[in-house]
Amino acid sequence: MSFINLFKIAIKAILSNKGRSFLSMLGIIIGVGAVIVMMAIGQGSKQSIREEIQKNGTNMLTIRPGADMRGGVRLDPSAMQTLKQVDYETILAEAKFVNKVSPEVSTSGQAVFGSNNTTSTCYGESPDYLGIRLWEVEEGVFFTEEDVKKSSKVCVVGQTIVKELFPNGQDPVGKTIRFKNIPLRIIGVFKGKGYNNWGMDQDNVIVSPYTTVMKRLAAQTHFNSILCSAVTEELSDQAIEDLTQILRRTHKLKDDEVDNFTIRSQQEWMETMSSTMDTITIILVVAAAFSLLVAGIGIMNIMLVSVTERTKEIGLRMSVGARGLDISNQFLIESILISLTGGILGVLFGALLTWGCNAIIGYPAVIPAWSVIVSFAVCVAIGVGFGYFPAQKAARLDPIEALRYE
Amino acid sequence: MEKKVVIKLDNVRRNFQVGNETVKALRGISFEIHEGEFVTIMGTSGSGKSTLLNQLGCLDTPTSGEYYLDGVSVRTMKRSQRARLRNRKIGFVFQNYNLLAKTTAVENVELPLMYNKEYSAKQRREAAIEALKAVGLGDRLEHKSNQMSGGQMQRVAIARALVNNPAVILADEATGNLDTRTSYEVLVLFQKLHAEGRTIIFVTHTTEIAQYSSRNIVLRDGKIREDVFNPNIRNAAEALAALPAPED
Repeated sequence: MSFINLFKIAIKAILSNKGRSFLSMLGIIIGVGAVIVMMAIGQGSKQSIREEIQKNGTNMLTIRPGADMRGGVRLDPSAMQTLKQVDYETILAEAKFVNKVSPEVSTSGQAVFGSNNTTSTCYGESPDYLGIRLWEVEEGVFFTEEDVKKSSKVCVVGQTIVKELFPNGQDPVGKTIRFKNIPLRIIGVFKGKGYNNWGMDQDNVIVSPYTTVMKRLAAQTHFNSILCSAVTEELSDQAIEDLTQILRRTHKLKDDEVDNFTIRSQQEWMETMSSTMDTITIILVVAAAFSLLVAGIGIMNIMLVSVTERTKEIGLRMSVGARGLDISNQFLIESILISLTGGILGVLFGALLTWGCNAIIGYPAVIPAWSVIVSFAVCVAIGVGFGYFPAQKAARLDPIEALRYE
Repeated sequence: MEKKVVIKLDNVRRNFQVGNETVKALRGISFEIHEGEFVTIMGTSGSGKSTLLNQLGCLDTPTSGEYYLDGVSVRTMKRSQRARLRNRKIGFVFQNYNLLAKTTAVENVELPLMYNKEYSAKQRREAAIEALKAVGLGDRLEHKSNQMSGGQMQRVAIARALVNNPAVILADEATGNLDTRTSYEVLVLFQKLHAEGRTIIFVTHTTEIAQYSSRNIVLRDGKIREDVFNPNIRNAAEALAALPAPED
């Protein structure tokens, strides 16, 4: 029998049992919907993390102390004091593939203005910082090399600081706040950046010249890290190699000694985050996929009932010349049609859920195109896989017995 | 001129294994049926009628002996080959019509041709309409099976048996579910088909029907007890006319 006819028969069979067909589709609808929305959430999270990282400049390189061994004990990177002024100056003078460098020192404490106070972190940076992080000063100016040289008691603050310390809408530029009891004059305000993906308020910052923070606030002679900007994103790897050579020299490391610093690019960071998100997505999708398995069993069940119910029809079809193959094709196509229709409705259902995620909860979710294709493929596979056994059962019926079946 | 042999049974035996016992349903059946014969096969229940019908209809194969349908041996055929043979050479008419539910007369009649790739959709429909006209249902083409009377349903079934232009029509108690009047109407139809030269085998346990056929084979205990030709075929149309008018 031709496939068009088999198709017509299957559609007729499904329509003649609308309620039952829909219920057996429901499992697929929910399963596919769940898979689609999970993939969409995974993809959406990945994208928003990517965008977040890109906002901070894709060619940013971070040098941190690390991997230092003292007497066989690996030290806590934050306690290490391996990054010094000499490193910064050598990088500035010699590094070929980076065009912006800023050492970073940070200290947390209380910021006070008048009767208002807030807890914040003060970062000590160089004037290159703005260009490395791609931040913008909305009001006022950023500090200069001159301020660094003089360890000027100036700072640029984020929107949260403005909101907390100047609740009455006063212009913060020119005002002097106290951070850890050191007076810092506000010379600029950053443009708001909001929360990042890890829930950190990026506007709750105070940025001062690194010399100011080192000498006046933190009283330390080492940097917590050094931020650089590779000339281009593509040159990141060469820049890392170059920086490694420079730092190994300034740190006087012998050939057999491991690096006592680590350099990470945004790419690596992005890849790490992406692979973490991928793992989470896979776990979610696998959980959702189990519901598809259950749905498939539901279809198999309903197809077995259908074969039993239509035993007499099968007998008749065989008596007028249907071969076993014709009969099994008929039932296979019916089960594929049920699961595929369920798949289409499931994709729509998933799209609706995704839309709800975006519009109602505000969670970024993007349906990847391939997930739709994969869903359809999986549905066909379910139709064939779980329809096969009932179809075989139908095809193997003895026409004499089947005709006599009541 | 000698008519062509459509069916030839040569010492056909069929045994069934029921538990440890072997039930011999057919114990050496031999006969030939020529083209254009209207044969009734009669017998009490347990005589082997149904088993013989299943053999004739290629739904089953003999344990031993040979069955030739249109000159082809059926015994060694595979399931799918027999399905094809049924599709091309046999038309079944069942006691309970066996029409597809919620399906129109035309679609029901088209069914055997659906399994024949040589027919296009258009040819299929044309052949089905022609067959329905032949059984007097030219005006009921699009009626669904549940909108028809028993007699009409049986006519649709007969049309379905005719549509592939089979070598033989096998009717299994085709009047068994019908009232007297409708039974005669169906018999009239069978006699008409007989007159047109079709080969018909009518399995029944109603002795009366034998009077309207050209030959009667009686089975008992899996053997042929009687095989007689009927020189005085009664006319079903006359019998129908002689029936008392239906009372309301």
